[in-house]
Amino acid sequence: MLTQISQLVIGAADLGAAFLFMFGLKRMSSPATAPSGIRVAGIGMIAAVLASFLYLLTVDAAARPHMLVNVGLAVLALLIGGVGAWFVGRKVAMTAMPQMVAIYNGMGGGAAGSIAAVELFGGRTQGTTQLVVTLLGGLIGAVSLSGSVIAWAKLDGVLKQPLRVRGQQYANAVVMAVTVAVAGMIVTSVLGVGGLVLTTPAWIWTFFALALLFGILMTLPIGGADMPVVISIYNAFTGLAVGLEGFVLQNPALMIAGMVVGAAGLLLTVIMARAMNRSIANVLFTNFGTPAKAKPGAIKGSERSTDAADAAIKMRYAGKVIIVPGYGLAAAHAQQKLYEFVKLLLAAKVSVKFAIHPVAGRMPGQMDVLLAEAGVPYDMIFQLDDINDDFATSDVALIIGANDVVNPAARTDKASPIFGMPILNADKAAQVFVVKRGQGKGYSGIVNALFYAPNCNMVYGDAQAVLVKMIEAVRGLGAAAA
Amino acid sequence: MTFAIAMTGFVALYIFMLAGFAGWVIIGNVPAILHTPLMSGSNFVHGIVVVGGLYALFNAITPQEQAIGFVAVLLGAGNAAGGYAVTDRMLAMFKTSDAKPARKHAQIHHLKKG
Repeated sequence: MLTQISQLVIGAADLGAAFLFMFGLKRMSSPATAPSGIRVAGIGMIAAVLASFLYLLTVDAAARPHMLVNVGLAVLALLIGGVGAWFVGRKVAMTAMPQMVAIYNGMGGGAAGSIAAVELFGGRTQGTTQLVVTLLGGLIGAVSLSGSVIAWAKLDGVLKQPLRVRGQQYANAVVMAVTVAVAGMIVTSVLGVGGLVLTTPAWIWTFFALALLFGILMTLPIGGADMPVVISIYNAFTGLAVGLEGFVLQNPALMIAGMVVGAAGLLLTVIMARAMNRSIANVLFTNFGTPAKAKPGAIKGSERSTDAADAAIKMRYAGKVIIVPGYGLAAAHAQQKLYEFVKLLLAAKVSVKFAIHPVAGRMPGQMDVLLAEAGVPYDMIFQLDDINDDFATSDVALIIGANDVVNPAARTDKASPIFGMPILNADKAAQVFVVKRGQGKGYSGIVNALFYAPNCNMVYGDAQAVLVKMIEAVRGLGAAAA
Repeated sequence: MTFAIAMTGFVALYIFMLAGFAGWVIIGNVPAILHTPLMSGSNFVHGIVVVGGLYALFNAITPQEQAIGFVAVLLGAGNAAGGYAVTDRMLAMFKTSDAKPARKHAQIHHLKKG
C-alpha cells in the first residue's frame, strides 16, 4: 500500500513537473510572458523535490538502517546547495552572468556524474544496457563539470590565456580513448569477466578521474571569444547527462527535462557557431586567434578622430540613429549613461534603435540583458536580421565597445580571418561614430576596415567619460535654446 | 494495481526522441533577445537532477555512497536554486516603453559593485 502511494504521488509530481518545465519554456517565447514561465517551471521543481522524499517509503532493506542519516544529509545538502546558490544568484552582477551560468551548469553535470558514481559503486546497474548508459551519462556529466569550471575560470579572468600545446588534439584523443577503454573494463568487471588488473571500484575511480581530465584538456585551448559556443555546448552536455541518468533511475521527468535542455543547448550552439561563421568542430578543435596565414588586404587612409560633443550634437539633429553596443560598453559600466543619452535623443524626437549582434557579449543574448538592466525597453532592441537593412537609411550609426561585428572586411576581404561572418552593416550609415578607448585591434586582433572609411569618425576615450561629455553637450544645447 | 514505472530501451528512445524534438521546436521559438535567460532557464530545468540525487542518497548504504550522494544533492540543489534565481532576476528587467522597471536602482547598485 505504502509502495503504491509513494509511486503514485512521485509519478504524478514528476509528470506535472515535466509538463510545467515545457510549458514554462514555451512561455519564454516573448519577454512579456517569460517571467511567468520561469515561475511555472519553479513550481514544478518544488513539487518534484518534495515528492521525492516519498522515495523513503520504498528504499532497499539494506539502506533502511541508514535512513535517518541519509535524510539528514539530504536536507543539509538541499539547504547548503540551494540557499548558497540562491544567495549568490541574487547578488551576482549581470556582467558576470556567463561565468555564473557556467558554474550552475557544471554543478548539474557534477550531480549527474555523482548519481552515476553512486549507481556504479553500489553495483545497482542491472544488465549491459543500463551499465553502458550509466557510464555514458557519467562521462558526459563529468566532462561538463570540469569543462564548465575551466570555462568559469576563463570568463572570470582567473585563466587569462588559452593554454595551447603542440599536438594537444592528439593528446586529448588519447585521453578519450583511454577513458572509453576504462569504461569497457568496468563493464567486463561488473559482468564478471576475469583477468582484470584492478578491482571494480579502482576502475570506477580511474574512469571518473580521466573523464574530468578530458573536460579540462578539451576546454583549456579554447579562446575567450569562443566562450558563447562553449557554454552552450556544456549546457547541452549536462542536459544529455541528466537525461541518461534519468533512464538509469527509470525516471521519465529527468529524461524529458534532460533531453529538452540537450536540444536547447544544441540549438543555441548551432546559432552561435553560425553567427561566428564557424563550424562547431572548428571551435572545439582548432585554435582561433592564431594569426591568419594569408595577408589581409591593405587598408588605405587613416583613422580620423572627432570630439565627443560634436558627435553628440550631430546625433541630436539627426533623424535616425542606430546604436551598436558591444561588450566594451559593459566593461566600461556605461550602459546607464548610454541610455541617459538615448533618452535625451528621444526627447528631441530622434528615432533611436539598438542593433545587437548574436555574439555581442560573452554568452548568447548577454547584451540584451545588460541593456534591459540599464532600463532600455526591449521594443528598442533589434537583432541582426531585423535591423541590418535599416543602416542604409540611417543618419548616424554609433558604435560603442564593438569591433569585429561591424568590420566590413567580413563581407569583402576574402583573406580576412572573419570573412563570411555575418556582421552589422554599420558602415552603410551616412555617418559612423566609433567610441573606442584608443587606436588598436579588436578582441580577435583583426584590423577594422570600418575605422578607416571616409564616413567614419573615431571618438577616443573611455565609453563612460565619452557619454558623460555627450550628455553634457546635448543638455547644453537645450539650456542655450531656453 | 501498480504505479511502478518500467522503461525498456525502445520506450526510453521514444521518450528521448519526442522530448528532444519538443525541446528543439520550443526553444527555436524563443527570440534572440531572450537567449541568456533562456540558457539560464534551461540550466534551471536540468536542475531536476537533484531528484535523482535524492533517490541515490536515500538508497545509499556505505559511507562512500552517502558522501557521493550528498555531493549529488548539493550540486543539484545549487544548479536548480541558482538557475532559478538568475533567470527570474533577468526576466524581471525586460520592460516595454510603457512600463518603468521597478527595481532599477537596486540593479544599478549591483552593477557598480561588479
